[in-house]
Amino acid sequence: MGDVKDVYNYPTKNKMKDKNTALKVNNLTVTLNEQKIIEDLSFKVKRGETLVVLGPNGAGKTTLLRALLGLIPYKGEVKWAVKNISYLPPKELMQRKEILPLTVEDFYDLKEVKKTKAIESLKSVGLEIDIFEKRIAHLSTGQFQRMSISWALVDNPDTLLFDEPTSGIDIGGTETIYSLLHGFWKKQNLTIILVTHELSVVWEHADNVLCLNKRGVCYGAPAHVLTTKNLKQLYGVGVKYYKHKKT
Amino acid sequence: MIDEKIFLALLMTVSIGTAAGYLGTLMLSKRMSLVGGPLGHLTLPGITLALIYGFDVSVGAFLILTLAIILIWLLERKTKLPLETLTAIVFSSSVAVAFLFLPEEEVVQALIGDISQLSYTTTFLSVLLSVFAFIIIYRVYKKIVFIALSEDLAKSEGIKVDKYNLIYLLAVALVIGLGVRVVGSLLTAAIVSIPAATSRNLSNNLKQYAYGGALAGGLAAAIGIFVYQIFSIPAGPSIIISSAGLFAISTVFKKTNI
Repeated sequence: MGDVKDVYNYPTKNKMKDKNTALKVNNLTVTLNEQKIIEDLSFKVKRGETLVVLGPNGAGKTTLLRALLGLIPYKGEVKWAVKNISYLPPKELMQRKEILPLTVEDFYDLKEVKKTKAIESLKSVGLEIDIFEKRIAHLSTGQFQRMSISWALVDNPDTLLFDEPTSGIDIGGTETIYSLLHGFWKKQNLTIILVTHELSVVWEHADNVLCLNKRGVCYGAPAHVLTTKNLKQLYGVGVKYYKHKKT
Repeated sequence: MIDEKIFLALLMTVSIGTAAGYLGTLMLSKRMSLVGGPLGHLTLPGITLALIYGFDVSVGAFLILTLAIILIWLLERKTKLPLETLTAIVFSSSVAVAFLFLPEEEVVQALIGDISQLSYTTTFLSVLLSVFAFIIIYRVYKKIVFIALSEDLAKSEGIKVDKYNLIYLLAVALVIGLGVRVVGSLLTAAIVSIPAATSRNLSNNLKQYAYGGALAGGLAAAIGIFVYQIFSIPAGPSIIISSAGLFAISTVFKKTNI
């Protein structure tokens, strides 16, 4: 039996018994360069749910998303019941965008998206048409992230995996990005898995929270799991937070 | 009236230069411009064999390159070391081996190329292979750009990264194999890297950049051949100097906001 566990797996896309489930993760362990980054993690995501993954730097949040997408080898089980998954890596991982003279139009063209559809999609995130011929390296951080959201949603995915969409954006910009995402979530019944450091986002938008620090520290609805004790265990120090009333 | 030999040389170098310039834009986007150098050097054992046994240098170069590239690709999958490092290891070993056998009187031809003895068949085949290389590159261009931008993103969109990287590397082998005939193993880095840099200076978007590289490569080859004919300096260095001249001009016209 031990041998079977050592085989690296790849995510499967199948129908599940429970029709409401979008993703099921069982005993996920990820080892990179002989270091265990994630250990024995299990959780479920329902269709239309927003799951926020919280955790300190180096907790394995980005690694988790990469494993869920099958970009890196892992042990355990990742079962998807949805088909069209869109992913946006942290923007630091969008390497070389400075080297290439890539315009917004070129960026959509990589996905073979037609011009009219791309422009429509840009409008939906509140961007002007004249941005279309601009180089992506010349967009402001806020414009780039809006464009990224539009790009991720342009071919109507049912699931969105988003890694720190608001890093480097001020509070106002952050609010805008999350209200945009919230809007799309409502309209398209998206399943969203979101990595963020923003605790306020958790209170406002998350159905469930997964606190990750190699292992799952806590998992459940924000009101239940975001206790001072859990946050202390997660971040290693006392974290003061403001509890929002969910509307 | 253009001399027949010059006409053949022009036809061949312009096609190879165009394909190399086009490919170079992809190599620049993958930060692989300088890999053209080691890969050019890698061809030395192939060129040496060709010169000793009297077959075409491009054939020798291409065979050795294909073997080396497959070896590098396998090593990359196995070790996850950067491509540059692996290329350096394989190329230095192959240069060392080549110099054990390379006849002294053939050293210059192997190092900087020779186009003085072109036949119709050689020219025709070189043009045909350049067109073939251009078509391959055209077909994988967007995918390679996508992979260069973010491998994770490309994979998550269902792009088979390993497959496209292999096709790309084989296109590199083909173009470098053709290039060594014109500019020799010492100068091949230049025919892929300089036109791309020239085009990068002047382009506003991906299409301009890609075709600009092809244009700059073809133009440099044409100017180089005329310089070669007028001043009787070797064609290889003459093409590279022309290309560097075009790059210098492009820096003057570089738009500040690009």
